[in-house]
Amino acid sequence: MSDHSHDYPSFNHPAPVPLLFVVFGALIFLTVATVVTSNIELGEFGFIVAMIIATMKAFLVCAFFMHMWWDKGFNVLVFFSSLLFVSLFIGMTLLDTGSYKETIDAFPTTEESSLSTTEY
Amino acid sequence: MAVADTTDHHDHDHDHHDHDPFIAHHFDGPQQQFDSGKLGIWLFLVTEVLFFSGLFVAYTLYRNHHPEIFELAHHHLDKVLGCLNTIVLLFSSLTMALAVRSAQTGKNKNCELYTLITMVCATIFLGVKAVEYSHKWDLGIFPKYGFNYTPGHHEMGFLGLSPYLIKLSAIPALLLASFAGASVMGKLTDKPAQFKFFMGMAIMVAGYFAGVAGGVVYQNAVDSGHAHLAMSSSPLQLHAATFEENGQHHSHQHSDQHSEGQGHEGGEEHGDDHHDQRHEGSGESMPKSVGAFFSIYYCMTGLHAIHIIGGIVALAWIYYRSQQGHWREDYFGPVDYVGLYWHLVDLIWIYLFPLLYLID
Repeated sequence: MSDHSHDYPSFNHPAPVPLLFVVFGALIFLTVATVVTSNIELGEFGFIVAMIIATMKAFLVCAFFMHMWWDKGFNVLVFFSSLLFVSLFIGMTLLDTGSYKETIDAFPTTEESSLSTTEY
Repeated sequence: MAVADTTDHHDHDHDHHDHDPFIAHHFDGPQQQFDSGKLGIWLFLVTEVLFFSGLFVAYTLYRNHHPEIFELAHHHLDKVLGCLNTIVLLFSSLTMALAVRSAQTGKNKNCELYTLITMVCATIFLGVKAVEYSHKWDLGIFPKYGFNYTPGHHEMGFLGLSPYLIKLSAIPALLLASFAGASVMGKLTDKPAQFKFFMGMAIMVAGYFAGVAGGVVYQNAVDSGHAHLAMSSSPLQLHAATFEENGQHHSHQHSDQHSEGQGHEGGEEHGDDHHDQRHEGSGESMPKSVGAFFSIYYCMTGLHAIHIIGGIVALAWIYYRSQQGHWREDYFGPVDYVGLYWHLVDLIWIYLFPLLYLID
């Protein structure tokens, strides 16, 4: 396109249109793929496969739709630092509840029985 | 008027920025303003990610401790509608990226069109969501303590639609009427800018009803012939699963189910006596704790839907400014920032979809 020969200000990087459409096609393909794989019995791996596909989609959206590919390194660092804190949040909470799992697992039954006696 | 303005300023901004209406005085120039805004929006997105992460923690913990409830509950979520919504949202992301590109290349007309398509996709998404929600509420699928699953039970309102759906649609209907009215007023009083903007808003709200129509047609097809469309959301299949677990009320319930299924196709015959019977029977078949899954489901998708609505408001602002012809090669920041927010909302849905709909 003629846009490419054009001089843009240094902070302006219009994404090539064909690239956007290819990314969209890939996202649709991955969406169909995740639905198809969810119908196949994969057992334990089902969750992992779904998360890998979701992360691939997230990468495509971040890199090209959100222009991270052309963005400043600092902005990318800022965004990814949030993921670090999210993983700490989830990881620490899992560790914590994991350490008294038995008590938690016993809870619904005690709750159910108390519910039935009080006719909630 | 505004279009003439921008070209005018374009000529000027090489000599003195002071007169540029879009570059604030406290910035050295367009680049510094853009970079500051960009860092700002990224920081905002970080807070959004952390905001949602609380719900993801709730999800992870509950699923970790009670995987069986997730197995049981997710059969109520329709994969087809979920997948359709995912594709609609991904498409809106594409048009958003194209809108940003149009703003970057100074093509205000294209930007206007792409923003409008993005908003329409957003409202289609909300329309489908409204059908999903109201269908669940019809079946008594409410969060935790309100949970009272009654298979095959359907409240019939006007035109055989769910009363919940009608209530949910009241606000969009009001908005549609107001926007259409405002647009006509703009036309009559010779205010082309007002006419154009509210016309776009009316088209945007109309997208909601398109989504509702599509969702209702699909939902009715599933309800009337779930034997053919053997989706995982089929109540029959679910029932089979629940009985295995509880090991009681086998034959009685099954035959009950079948007669209900047929009554369904007939449509209107939902006597109250029948209704009560179902109520009692199914109360036992579905453990109340399944409601906890739906608490998580409603919180996560509800918060996401609120973000979609917020995104629509921001997009309406972008739409208005595109019509005013504000964007140019050194000033497109707002479109870019709203775009980033919009893609983040999409990003969250990319994770919500497999986590909630595709558990197997």
